[in-house]
Amino acid sequence: MNSTTDVSRVAEEIKKMNLAQAITMALDDAMALDPTVIVLGEDVADKQGGGVFKCTTGLSTKHGEQRVRSTPISEQAIVGAAIGAALAGMRPVAEIMLMNFMTVSMDQIVNHAAKLRYMTGGQTHVPLTIRTTTGAGFGTGGQHSDYLEAWFAHTAGLKVVAPSSPADAYGLLLSCIFDDDPCIFIENMPLYFVPGIAPITGARVPIGKANVLRAGTDATVVSYSRTLHDVIVVADQLAKEGISLEIIDLRTISPLDMPTLCQSVAKTRRAVIVHEANVDFGIGAEIAAQLHRELFDTLKAPVLRVGSMRSPVPYSKPLEAAFVPTSERITAAIRQVLK
Amino acid sequence: MTIKTLPTTADLREIYRIANLIKQVDDRFISLIKSGQIASPYYSPRGQEIVAAAISVHLLKSDYVVTTYRGIHDQIGKGIPLKPFVAEFLGRATGTCKGKGGPMHITHVASGLPVTTGVVGGGLPIANGLAWASQLKKTGQITIVNFGDGASNIGAFHEALNLASVWSLPVIFVCQNNGYAEHTKFELGTGSSNIAVRGAAYGMPGIEVDGNDPLAMWQATRVAVGRARAGEGPTLLDAKTFRFRGHLLGDDSHYIPKPEMAAAVAADPLPRFRAYLIQHGLATSADLDAIEQKNAAEIDEAVAYAIASPYPDLSELETDVLATETAT
Repeated sequence: MNSTTDVSRVAEEIKKMNLAQAITMALDDAMALDPTVIVLGEDVADKQGGGVFKCTTGLSTKHGEQRVRSTPISEQAIVGAAIGAALAGMRPVAEIMLMNFMTVSMDQIVNHAAKLRYMTGGQTHVPLTIRTTTGAGFGTGGQHSDYLEAWFAHTAGLKVVAPSSPADAYGLLLSCIFDDDPCIFIENMPLYFVPGIAPITGARVPIGKANVLRAGTDATVVSYSRTLHDVIVVADQLAKEGISLEIIDLRTISPLDMPTLCQSVAKTRRAVIVHEANVDFGIGAEIAAQLHRELFDTLKAPVLRVGSMRSPVPYSKPLEAAFVPTSERITAAIRQVLK
Repeated sequence: MTIKTLPTTADLREIYRIANLIKQVDDRFISLIKSGQIASPYYSPRGQEIVAAAISVHLLKSDYVVTTYRGIHDQIGKGIPLKPFVAEFLGRATGTCKGKGGPMHITHVASGLPVTTGVVGGGLPIANGLAWASQLKKTGQITIVNFGDGASNIGAFHEALNLASVWSLPVIFVCQNNGYAEHTKFELGTGSSNIAVRGAAYGMPGIEVDGNDPLAMWQATRVAVGRARAGEGPTLLDAKTFRFRGHLLGDDSHYIPKPEMAAAVAADPLPRFRAYLIQHGLATSADLDAIEQKNAAEIDEAVAYAIASPYPDLSELETDVLATETAT
């Protein structure tokens, strides 16, 4: 087991920290470690409030406004400037306030950041991290809550990461910043405020490595980001009935850690994938296809997917609550594969 | 460094050498396309050579030039070595990009050509980042980003010029204004009377210049480069020029009125500049013949090299997509 969480559990006194604080800590440590690490985005400097979600608070005061630079509301300009700086030897961390706003900068991300290494025959590379956040739960509606990770995972040349805990967020963000490829780092709004075990300084979490969070025997449940927490609640409930679930936190969406997933599902012979994005053409579809290809003869039931409904994210609270993968739907899918 | 207010004779001869090299490479590429040696859409810069050549004599090797799919003049101006350049057009393993980028994405980092984009306007935001890195590292490098008049109507232009101004970046936005955005005449697609006036909207100087006049283009670039090197921020150049061979090779320029095309070709800046140099005693006809012959010989050599080069091995297909696993 390589989880930093497990290492820190042995500490006598467990320090707590939320996801936003872990992000700040990772940025601060990276900037202290390497002068080429720079941060840009809307309102990221302290004079503008240190980021809408306070993830960059204190950084401009400590590291200077040249290295932590607030930008106009110009997503193409933000990502483009980050790409150019990355080409010139910097390690920029661009904050795109919300994942939906990444659609405004898709030309820069998809046509440029993702492809320059290949199209230049390896002469250039783009060590860029784009931090963004999203997720239903705060009534932010159709244009502020989408999970679009499949768009990026589908694009060759990008790495896509979605942590579920403060320690993983810290460790994965450090790995992304010091990785030589463009990384899309997906945070979750409701998780910003959920305390977890504090990261250990310098403890990186490798990109491309899933985490077997809980060992089990009856079925494997794969998730990432916020929905992982729902999966844990469901698993605790089902454990009371004697159902033993193996829970895998994907941590990195692309490149996908199929060896870990296959190893688990080869053992449990049943799998459910849970994510907040809707299921059609999504990450769950990719994982299910690969599991079916690798383990068709081993599987005792078709791999199932649980995600949000296929509609824009609704505003009204009852609609929003029903839109996301509910505990009932997660439970039903698990019961279905166990039949 | 002494600040020149007029180009030296050597500068002018160099501008001529580069402009002629661009023209000859363009001619050769077209013949290679027609003979089936190059299989690619081709965007000729014929008619726009002087813009790139006049800029080039102001730049250091370490400065950056960002350009577009219509960019061979800018790449040659920046001093790209011809052998790997031609080999990339022919899709060979010895090409600048190992044959993986092709004509629309010519890149040669060692020559200061880090990005050539196939997306109209896509290079402008990236140029800011190159300039930002130079500003942070205090290297003194400047960044030139070339684009057409059509690109000035895309959102990235607005975002990039605004940010460059706010951050006072050492970047020069060179609009090579050839009067047509693909097939659409300037007036039909652009709300302002020229591109230079748009500089005011971003708080930066906009300079309108005859891009086909080597002396005027040299002077305008001098002002912009001087500002960038002195840390005074970005400049927008609106370099008026014309393109003789369509948007895409094979389009017959039917959308350009015949008298307009005829007048432009009659005012072809290359023979005009040749005559100027001889008339003012800056070069003899024999000097310029020698330059042209040397250019032709270099191109012959590069084409022979490219044709003799192998295609990329199929094992290259999925390499250079990501870095090899970085154990972080």
